[in-house]
Amino acid sequence: MRKHVFAGSLLAAFTLAMPALASTPDKAPPHQKWSFEGATGTYDKASLQRGFLVYDHVCASCHGMRSLTYRDLEGIGLSDQAITDLAHSKQIAGPVGISGMPTMRPGLPDDHFRSPFPNDAAAAAVMGGVAPPDQSRLAAVHPGGADWLYAFLTGYRMPPPADAPVVPGKFYNDWAEGHMIGMPPPLMNGAIQYPDGTPATVEQQAKDITTFLVWAADPHRNERHHIGKGVLAYLAVLLVLAIAWKRKIWKNLKSHG
Amino acid sequence: MSIPDQKQTSASSTPPYSGLAGWINRRLPVISAFRAEYVDFRVPRNLNGWWNFGAILTLVLGLMLASGVFLAMNYTPTDAGAFLSVEAIERQLSGGWLLRAMHMTGANLFLAALYLHLFRGLYYGSYKAPRELLWLTGLVLMLMVMATAFAGYLLPWGQMSYWGADVITKAVGAIPGIGPTLEHIMTGSDHLGDIFLHRFFVLHFVLAFLIVGVVGMHVAAVHVSGSNNPTGVEPRTPKDTVPFYPYYVSKDLVGLILFAMVFAALMFFWPNMLIEPDNYTPADPMHTPADIEPEWYFLPFYGLLQSVPSKFGGLVAAAGSLLVLFALPWLDRSPVRSMRFRPLCRIGLLGVVCAFIVLADAGKHHAQGGWLIAARLAGLYYFGYFLVFLPLVSRTEKTRPLPSSIAASQGDA
Repeated sequence: MRKHVFAGSLLAAFTLAMPALASTPDKAPPHQKWSFEGATGTYDKASLQRGFLVYDHVCASCHGMRSLTYRDLEGIGLSDQAITDLAHSKQIAGPVGISGMPTMRPGLPDDHFRSPFPNDAAAAAVMGGVAPPDQSRLAAVHPGGADWLYAFLTGYRMPPPADAPVVPGKFYNDWAEGHMIGMPPPLMNGAIQYPDGTPATVEQQAKDITTFLVWAADPHRNERHHIGKGVLAYLAVLLVLAIAWKRKIWKNLKSHG
Repeated sequence: MSIPDQKQTSASSTPPYSGLAGWINRRLPVISAFRAEYVDFRVPRNLNGWWNFGAILTLVLGLMLASGVFLAMNYTPTDAGAFLSVEAIERQLSGGWLLRAMHMTGANLFLAALYLHLFRGLYYGSYKAPRELLWLTGLVLMLMVMATAFAGYLLPWGQMSYWGADVITKAVGAIPGIGPTLEHIMTGSDHLGDIFLHRFFVLHFVLAFLIVGVVGMHVAAVHVSGSNNPTGVEPRTPKDTVPFYPYYVSKDLVGLILFAMVFAALMFFWPNMLIEPDNYTPADPMHTPADIEPEWYFLPFYGLLQSVPSKFGGLVAAAGSLLVLFALPWLDRSPVRSMRFRPLCRIGLLGVVCAFIVLADAGKHHAQGGWLIAARLAGLYYFGYFLVFLPLVSRTEKTRPLPSSIAASQGDA
């Protein structure tokens, strides 16, 4: 008995040592309810598609998302035709032309998302010294994840609090580092129109774009959870059979013991 | 012992292979060898769950090789291409995310199972005669696995890959005399770029297959000396052992399935427990992350590295903590193997486990403030246990009486 307690405590020590990895932000943003939370959570497809609209119309003018291809948008439920049309509407750098000059061509589904700037240096030069971060994995990389993104996007204060310093070209946000950030408030009530008729409030847009960014950072979550449930159920059945077999085999020995 | 087992034993001495099996076996006795080593092979009857990890490690190694080969087919070992090729594996390659999840979870659980397997050896005295070479091949394997894990962690070429490589190459460069040369052999140029990444990609791949070879030696050694067991008393009569099949095949299977369930739960539902999010930011030599930290399985050694004021001294301490284990069969002179019968050493060894965890925690906190003192005490205890306590105590300790046989320890005398 004692050795079991001992073994158990050792295993517990190991499992305790493992989650010591996740880094925690200084102050936690308020928690929102997300459809994709937890081990059984799945993305809300309608919200993902609205979120992509926000990305395409607002974020994409400054932020790249270079790891994704247009075809990856199958994951948010866009049809082949919609993806082809979308890609075609983007102008992508093409091959060098006959005259030796660079050309442009319409995009194809397998093209990566068009970046707003040719490179980070160009982006930094235009955007006041700091290149807007790539958004492919932003939701996974930024401390606080989805909750922080939502808090940040709804956290601009216009006008800023009276005691805040005034810095030209910077905006006050409760959730930015040092409360000051170069990015102007990106979302405005009714700045875009959702085709499904959902009122495009700042809060709604923030929720949708956050959902989309979380999807972009972890596009296989639905599939992962679905396969995982099947695998665990299969293993559980296998475990019962294996235990029954093991008991049957070892009974020979135990009866003599 | 029951009668059917004895029947099996006598039947195995004259294997009745005929037809194709007989034709093959007369020319290359693989069938009878497999039968001798994995069917009829006698194993102590009292092995507990701690003896599952050998089989588990073998299977995880197979999974790592299988998933690794397919990942390598889609990976680009260049400064500009590495990060994006891993992103393409996760996003655009069909099933690539699953392949990579297996490889990442596998790496973490491989190291976890390895540490548990090592602890089993320490606790039950599996390093003592006649198993010294078994122990030494096991330690060589651990070093190889650590090197492979480190090389593999560099390949996605995220911020943690880059800056982890930066810390380690600079630590190697701090070795007096040969340091700068060694550093140059590792990096291949004056910065961490294409040459470095290509070298470590090849190293990762080559080491993985070398590990398979050393595993062969490790397994061969255990089949010569036989398994140790929780009492540490060698089997004396056939009553003390059971054939590997079906007894330990059925037992290992249960352990393997339980392990697979932990594996699947982590991989499918809690992958974030094993992921360092910073490594999803591409390597940027111009921007040092605020918090450079190795994977959890290197944290105890990182703690040791940081607890010594000099860079080279830290490297010696971290390397020494592994090297001291190689001398263990000759440091511990007690004739009693199992800690079950060595109450004093048992407490001492539990202290080593605690020291290991404290060092990991200190590594996590960069050995700052109170953690520096804790890390130094833990490091001192770790070395003190192996170099001072064990050699001294084995002369004077009062051990508990050993059972006359394995069967007797289970009340089947």
